[in-house]
Amino acid sequence: MASPTIDPVTFEALQETAGADFTGELVDTFLEEAPVMMAELRDALAAGNADTFRRAAHSLKSNSLTFGALTLGAMARDLELGGLDSVRAANAKPLDALANEYAQVAAALSELRNG
Amino acid sequence: MDESRNGAARLLVVDDNKVNRLLLTRSLELQGHRVSTAENGRVALEMLHKEAFDLMLLDMEMPEMDGFQVLEQLFNDPQMRDLPVIVTSSLEGVDSVVRCIALGAADYLSKPVNPVLLKARIGASLEKKRLQDQLKEMVRRFATPEVAQDLQQSGFSLGGKRVYATVMFSDIRDFTPLVESQTPEETIDLLNTYYTLMFDAINSHGGVVNQMIGDGLMAIFGAPLPLADHEASAVNAALEMIELVEMFNMERAAADKPQIRIGVGIASGEMVAGYAGTSKRATYTCIGDTVNLAARLETHTKVAKQAILVDGATRNKLSDQIAVVALGAIEIKGKANAVDVYSITVK
Repeated sequence: MASPTIDPVTFEALQETAGADFTGELVDTFLEEAPVMMAELRDALAAGNADTFRRAAHSLKSNSLTFGALTLGAMARDLELGGLDSVRAANAKPLDALANEYAQVAAALSELRNG
Repeated sequence: MDESRNGAARLLVVDDNKVNRLLLTRSLELQGHRVSTAENGRVALEMLHKEAFDLMLLDMEMPEMDGFQVLEQLFNDPQMRDLPVIVTSSLEGVDSVVRCIALGAADYLSKPVNPVLLKARIGASLEKKRLQDQLKEMVRRFATPEVAQDLQQSGFSLGGKRVYATVMFSDIRDFTPLVESQTPEETIDLLNTYYTLMFDAINSHGGVVNQMIGDGLMAIFGAPLPLADHEASAVNAALEMIELVEMFNMERAAADKPQIRIGVGIASGEMVAGYAGTSKRATYTCIGDTVNLAARLETHTKVAKQAILVDGATRNKLSDQIAVVALGAIEIKGKANAVDVYSITVK
């Protein structure tokens, strides 16, 4: 069985320590920032800027793990470690897969935020 | 520093990622701290130059100036190298963590940061900083700015080390009858002037006064900072002390007050130097035979009726400019063999 989009234990622990309202605001910030990071990944790939690529992947990894988005976090980690070349070799497919997973994470977080 | 006694501190959170900044700030504010944020290393350094912080939480991967560059800058800045830094990052690989610690980071927390660990690590780092601040304050009071700076750069350590240096003891002759013949205010006034003059003479020759007891003092030349010609520096300081006391006596004579005289004992050799005391109260001091000998020589100035007495190790390093009279071997309490003692001629 595939792991859940959002690990409930991690998300509940976050709500408990930071407060439910604050966690809601934090989710909003992530939903604003994450698309920027995804765009950065694509731009950096096009421009061949390895540092920016690694940094954007690193940030996305770090934020994903904060909310318990473990699959998205693992994908971002692969991008951070693999770097530009591995993505280019795979014809940018990892970025498409990342975008798909992010869409699910965003939907799940929005639901958790309102629920 | 009432705030830090309650456990609250001024913290700087440095992270380029907004979610991380918000979350860390929230966790720290819930723990009662006051928090400022910076979005990269360059902004963080600007803030550190403007404001005082008790501790910094530093991310590594950042644009413009990353965490490694910030650590390097702090490491090379004597004003800021004592600021505790806890690295909060999700760096890949042990090498990066090792590099942070080697660059002086106090601790490393991987992200996402566990709030319980965060609290414990911050508490430990702030406690360490408090102890260090106390030591710094102690050194500031007892050492010259150069020595204080050197100690700051080399790091404070309560452990001792062996050094080759020169020790001086000095006190006022027949001070007790003098105290009984004047008012308490006059005595304190006399001591304050006396100490000001003695500190001036000792510091200007590179020595450090590390103890004052009543009318006596102990000074070290050549530790904790190395000093070329520490033997001659100590003797020249002693000669200047005698000269300053003579000038002081002229003032006192004009005010119809009794004269004071001092005796100085100097010895050179190996000794153990370091901070001794408890975590609440510690002092930089030297211990060993050489120190005892200097103290005995000072006591012996009364018997020999000389102002400055030195041992052979000190005498051998003096140039011909300084006139010395050999007094021969003298029995010294605590020493199995008689010790060669020399008197420095005061012009």
